[in-house]
Amino acid sequence: MREHDVVIVGGGLAGLRAAIEAGRGVDTAVVSKLHPLRSHTGAAQGGIAASLGNASRDSVEEHLFDTVKGSDYLCDQDAVEILVKEAPGNVYDLEHIGVVFSRTEDGKIAQRPFGGHSKPRACYAADWTGHTVLHTIYEQSLIAGLRFYDEWYALAIAMNDGACAGIVAMNIATGDIEAFHAKAVIFATGGYGRAYRITSNAYANTGDGLALVLNAGLQVQDMEFVQFHPTGLYQQGILVTEGARGEGGYLLNDKDERFMERYAKEKMELAPRDVISRAIQTEINEGRGIGGKDFVYLDIRHFGEEHIRESLPQIQDLVVNFLGVDPIKQPIPIQPTAHYSMGGIPTDVHGQVIFGPEREPVPGLYAAGECACVSVHGANRLGTNSLLEAVTFGRRVGIAASEFASEAKNVPFPEELLSQVKEDVDKLLGSTGKESAPLIRTELQETMTNLCGIFRKEADLRNCIEKVRELRERADDVGIHDRSRIFNTELIDVLETRNLLEFSEVIAVGAEARRESRGAHFRTDYPKRDDGNWLKHTLAWREKGGVVLDYKDIVITKYQPRERRY
Amino acid sequence: MTIFGVFRYAPEDGKARFVDYQLDVPRGTTVLDCLLKIKHEMDGSLSFRYSCRSAICGSCAMTIDGTNRLACKTQVSTLGRVVKVEPLTGYPVIKDLIVDMDLFWRQYTSIKPYLIYRSSPPEGEWTQSPEERRILEEPSTCIMCGACSSSCPVIWTDERYLGPAALLKVWRFVADSRDEAEEERLGMINNEFGVWRCHTIFRCVDSCPKEINPTEAIEHLRRAAVRHSIRGLFRRK
Repeated sequence: MREHDVVIVGGGLAGLRAAIEAGRGVDTAVVSKLHPLRSHTGAAQGGIAASLGNASRDSVEEHLFDTVKGSDYLCDQDAVEILVKEAPGNVYDLEHIGVVFSRTEDGKIAQRPFGGHSKPRACYAADWTGHTVLHTIYEQSLIAGLRFYDEWYALAIAMNDGACAGIVAMNIATGDIEAFHAKAVIFATGGYGRAYRITSNAYANTGDGLALVLNAGLQVQDMEFVQFHPTGLYQQGILVTEGARGEGGYLLNDKDERFMERYAKEKMELAPRDVISRAIQTEINEGRGIGGKDFVYLDIRHFGEEHIRESLPQIQDLVVNFLGVDPIKQPIPIQPTAHYSMGGIPTDVHGQVIFGPEREPVPGLYAAGECACVSVHGANRLGTNSLLEAVTFGRRVGIAASEFASEAKNVPFPEELLSQVKEDVDKLLGSTGKESAPLIRTELQETMTNLCGIFRKEADLRNCIEKVRELRERADDVGIHDRSRIFNTELIDVLETRNLLEFSEVIAVGAEARRESRGAHFRTDYPKRDDGNWLKHTLAWREKGGVVLDYKDIVITKYQPRERRY
Repeated sequence: MTIFGVFRYAPEDGKARFVDYQLDVPRGTTVLDCLLKIKHEMDGSLSFRYSCRSAICGSCAMTIDGTNRLACKTQVSTLGRVVKVEPLTGYPVIKDLIVDMDLFWRQYTSIKPYLIYRSSPPEGEWTQSPEERRILEEPSTCIMCGACSSSCPVIWTDERYLGPAALLKVWRFVADSRDEAEEERLGMINNEFGVWRCHTIFRCVDSCPKEINPTEAIEHLRRAAVRHSIRGLFRRK
């Protein structure tokens, strides 16, 4: 059994930021299924929000209001206040440790407009902001005295009498399965775009932490809120940063119209993502996609070659390479792509995992970043607020977990869990079942995309729930050809697919229950927001009979819900 | 129809061999797409690293038709009818296309790859002019995929040589107006296992999937090291 004070699962921005903080006080380990530098934080492009006011006057107050409005009023405003107040300090911290931000003429951090933000607030490094942030935070983690378990895959949370005692994880390189005994565990496992067919997310984004939490009998929150980014490369889903619109890019339909005029007259292409994704999908559904197909154009040609190469070099390279289109000369074919999970593991503002409408703490268990739901994004996240969330609450959770671990006593590790997990994996490794995990995953992605996507309705959602349940049953009979324990990536595929199925049903059940439209959750059969009945968070967990739902109040400090117009 | 000749190595029996897989490859298909198709539909045991599929995470560097590339960024249409896929050279193979990159990471961590400064930072940001920042653009976009260092024949014969990726990283910090450890950094690379070991073979340049020029970075470091040595001579007098 491995012993650490704090074990962090996930090596992206939230996990590493937490690790650096926790490592100052207590013995800290980072368990990550990828080498940390391979984490999906690196794919973030457009920027990180902070009201520095380097490009025009700005304030914490305006950042707060924009975020609350962007969330369609479902966020917890106390958490958003922390997010926006701590933003400038956190961004300066990143700059001080070496993040290679683009600069203004007078040498300050450059900022540009982004969807839903009323001021140019996105601090950016060309279009590879996440990359420089991830590499820089990893560099700092190397001098923080941490223990890294690279390419270890977490398989279970060890709970003992309602408290967390550690995790069980597998060394992917050897297949060895071991217990990690810890006083505090922090989940920072990221998102789950891979539940959808078209996604901006990496193959690794399978929402493992959410499934593990559900398996441990704990809750997830607001899972029905799935963000579709408006501009994914056609058929690939690869992200084309909102920065392209922040810099002045247009969206055009088959008639060469800037169609956003009909959906968000004032903000146009800089309305929030939920609004623009619905607009694009509507254009496509009504036959105004390019050539009647399922894509529209993002046009940045008017920037000119020099500006494109300077501010969007990665986009230029990606579009040329993956679509054979040169954005300097031709418009970019794009379609909405599953991008971000507003929901996740419910936590308080210190990253402490909580349970139930009364927000009772789960001792020893913490979460931060995309896998967590604090909730600062409510029903729709604004671009550049996710890197900010990861760094802000990563820092806070690191402090909270190390304080807890330095005072807490060890909870005994439930030994039987280790043997159960080993037995389960042994059974899988010997299985000759007739089902294929990649095929099941493909069917799941089709199901979620077609029945639980940008536009939803009751009949579809019921079909979706039924289909996912059927896939879950079929997944019990998957076969594995690779009998090796060393780097058995086929086994990892099966485990990831099971995880996707575990929470996809929760997404659909939450969406079916929520009979209103708010933020990213749009019901064609209930197209209005309904504050009277639905201004509340969804809590979901599993019991023998299936998914169970409950609801809890949101926190309003300053802004009562108003009509949301852009 | 394209034939993929894929290197296979099973660690349990120690056997290495090439296995041919035939695939129909529509336009716009990458080598990673094909490897996944083989894995999902023909042989689930084929093992390789991959994640972002958009050339930013650095997981899927491998040797494709003799050149180190990212599988996710390589369009099959740019290759011939027969495509040879092998693990990166210079590192021990663990299984199939997966190599043990321990040496690569040790080279990286040995050069203190983090900003070093002694003065306390200002309340706001350190200012840096767009020109000062522009120098950092290229070395900062390195994704640490290992394609360059794996292609360097000097490393193949002497693991003590830091190699192009680690030296590029040194340059990234030496070139940063915020870094205060130039002397220490130049001391690290001004020796026979540092910049003077580079034979300017340019294979690192050819293999970089992000079009970075590590050889040029090494040249910058050489010049800085010489300047630094000359300054040192005068100081001693």
